[in-house]
Amino acid sequence: QNAASPIMEELIAFHDHALMIIFLISSLVLYIISLMLTTKLTHTSTMNAQEIEMIWTILPAMILIMIALPSLRILYMTDEFNKPYLTLKAIGHQWYWSYEYSDYEDLAFDSYIMPTYFLEPGEFRLLEVDNRTTLPMEADIRVLISSQDVLHSWAVPSLGVKTDAIPGRLNQAMVASMRPGLY
Amino acid sequence: MAEEMKAKLKNYKTAPFDSRFPNQNQTRNCWQNYLDFHRCEKALSAKGDDVSVCQWYRRVYKSLCPISWVTDWDEQWADGTFPGRSELAAPPSPASSVLLPRW
Repeated sequence: QNAASPIMEELIAFHDHALMIIFLISSLVLYIISLMLTTKLTHTSTMNAQEIEMIWTILPAMILIMIALPSLRILYMTDEFNKPYLTLKAIGHQWYWSYEYSDYEDLAFDSYIMPTYFLEPGEFRLLEVDNRTTLPMEADIRVLISSQDVLHSWAVPSLGVKTDAIPGRLNQAMVASMRPGLY
Repeated sequence: MAEEMKAKLKNYKTAPFDSRFPNQNQTRNCWQNYLDFHRCEKALSAKGDDVSVCQWYRRVYKSLCPISWVTDWDEQWADGTFPGRSELAAPPSPASSVLLPRW
């Protein structure tokens, strides 16, 4: 899905960057293997291969640093101190979510998946719900995720959030969408 | 003090960032505000002071805590079985510090 939050954009960019490195390494290895298999040259005496050993130690180290630095940057970005505009509580039950907005008064509702035989044409199977959760766009929203019974997980792929819902624990995730839409 | 609190409460949007609880686990944040509200109420009403300054804690815990937790804790508080200590200062004793739960 397309990114709908700044964090998700960063995550997608990082994923592309890491994937490009992976393709680079895999194609290099495949090429070298094909070279090895198709050559008639042999070398059986012991070698003193100081230079090439230096290269294939330093080069992977640099590649790993190139992967680690953006990764850590995004990791700390997800934990940034944000001024939340609104607090939403998502509580997992078997088998529905209940949402609470209690900044001003206790507003709470349950959200069940729409059974397939109730769906209108054009609606998404197993994704539509009876009561949708509405949130303001372009605002930092604190989502506190917990569970009433067993372990669940609350995720919105295009906003880049996935957090476990653990009974007895409140996990905090920040959500900020850049565009209006259905997520 | 009460006027400042009233002004702060009028502009209340949601529980602000609390640097005592910077990480993902906000359970303790919710618990601490609930406890602070009740301790504040108990302490101020014992002295006969204005209890409305405690409303900040009440707004914060209402924002953060799931409604089911709050109802359970309210029942426990009414029954007197609430597990948190209801006074601010605990009498110093080496045994009690060992028993404090680690979150």
